[in-house]
Amino acid sequence: MTAVQPTADIHAYLAELEDIPGTRVFTAARARKGYWINQFAMSLMTPENRARFKADEDAYYAEWLLGEDAKAALRARDYNALLDLGGNIYFLAKLFSTDGFSFAQAVSTMTGMSFAEYQAMMLAGGRSAEGNRSIRENAAKGAK
Amino acid sequence: MARITAGVGSSHVPLLGVAADTGKDRDDYFAPIFNGFDWTREWIAQEKPDVVILVFNDHASAFDMKIVPTFAIGCGDRYKPADEGWGPRKVPEVEGHADLAWHIAQSLILDEFDMTIINEMDVDHGLTVPLTMMFGAPDAWPVKVVPLAVNVVTYPVPTGNRCWALGEAIARAVASFPEDLNVQIWGTGGMSHQLQGQRAGLINAEWDNRFLDAMVGDSDAARWIPHIEYLRETGSEGIEMVMWLIMRGALGPATRMLHRHYHVPCSNTAIGHIVLEPAT
Repeated sequence: MTAVQPTADIHAYLAELEDIPGTRVFTAARARKGYWINQFAMSLMTPENRARFKADEDAYYAEWLLGEDAKAALRARDYNALLDLGGNIYFLAKLFSTDGFSFAQAVSTMTGMSFAEYQAMMLAGGRSAEGNRSIRENAAKGAK
Repeated sequence: MARITAGVGSSHVPLLGVAADTGKDRDDYFAPIFNGFDWTREWIAQEKPDVVILVFNDHASAFDMKIVPTFAIGCGDRYKPADEGWGPRKVPEVEGHADLAWHIAQSLILDEFDMTIINEMDVDHGLTVPLTMMFGAPDAWPVKVVPLAVNVVTYPVPTGNRCWALGEAIARAVASFPEDLNVQIWGTGGMSHQLQGQRAGLINAEWDNRFLDAMVGDSDAARWIPHIEYLRETGSEGIEMVMWLIMRGALGPATRMLHRHYHVPCSNTAIGHIVLEPAT
């Protein structure tokens, strides 16, 4: 824990948020880009909408201002692609909950591991922060 | 006068609600977590707080992207459990304390914390899971709740320093409420976890335990931890721990620890909780 004053430099602050491997921090830029993906997902919080969505996904997507890339990622339940398009996991949770997936199941699909492998990793104490802190730092180490 | 008698920091993982609601809370997987709360349940049954100021974050349940308040206080009389995509949890409605909540809201605004006021909202696992962990499954929650919702989803989220200062202001507000009330403040969320991307599943027990250490005593080092440190060290959702700083700030210059518990894993998350009282 480093005792430092919070940064007042918004550019430096935002640049740091992009320096974490395998992570898309939900910045304003992503929130703007993914607005309709997230609002679509929110709509699945009622049983009526979940039933309509399950009956005809494409018709349901057509009710929202979703791009073709977003629709394709939603159809494929490609959560990494949805993060890239500005989706946020707490909103996307409404989609995987509608599918009957738990948080851990859905999260494991983003890691390149099977659910069983992911669960085993968690039981063994989770993924280490070692080597996972900074893209910049990893690149500097790799270059040596 | 009302007084803040204790603070609790606690994870609020949704799977804990599922475990409790389906009777799995003492199985091999969940017992190490729920057993850690046995002491705390006995303690709170003795303490009998009248009100809990429950600091939590809404997980895209009451708030969507239309409106994103940084700090919002629930001033309503009651709150229903939210439907988070699998139907609402079958737990009691949460009873508010509108008199105290409005008093705190007004005091905070005059103290230069520009709060958003909520009159109606449904409350998700962020609020109901800590109630379950502390009280089990009663027919009615034995405490009134002032919900305090913090944005920890859309960046920038509030700084640790601002959260700590808000806690200090909440303590001043509670102290000027004329009714004699035993008030606790709970900070929820965390500990280390990441629910997204290729780095999902990150856990940092060493860092989490240093954070728990930092809640105890007279140090205010934790208020200066920058967002990037939470993100790098504790995963993208570990940022929720800034909400513990509101609780810690409200307890005053120094604290004494009554109980502490830590366990890995619960689903994707490290579970921690700590019970503190102000040290005078």
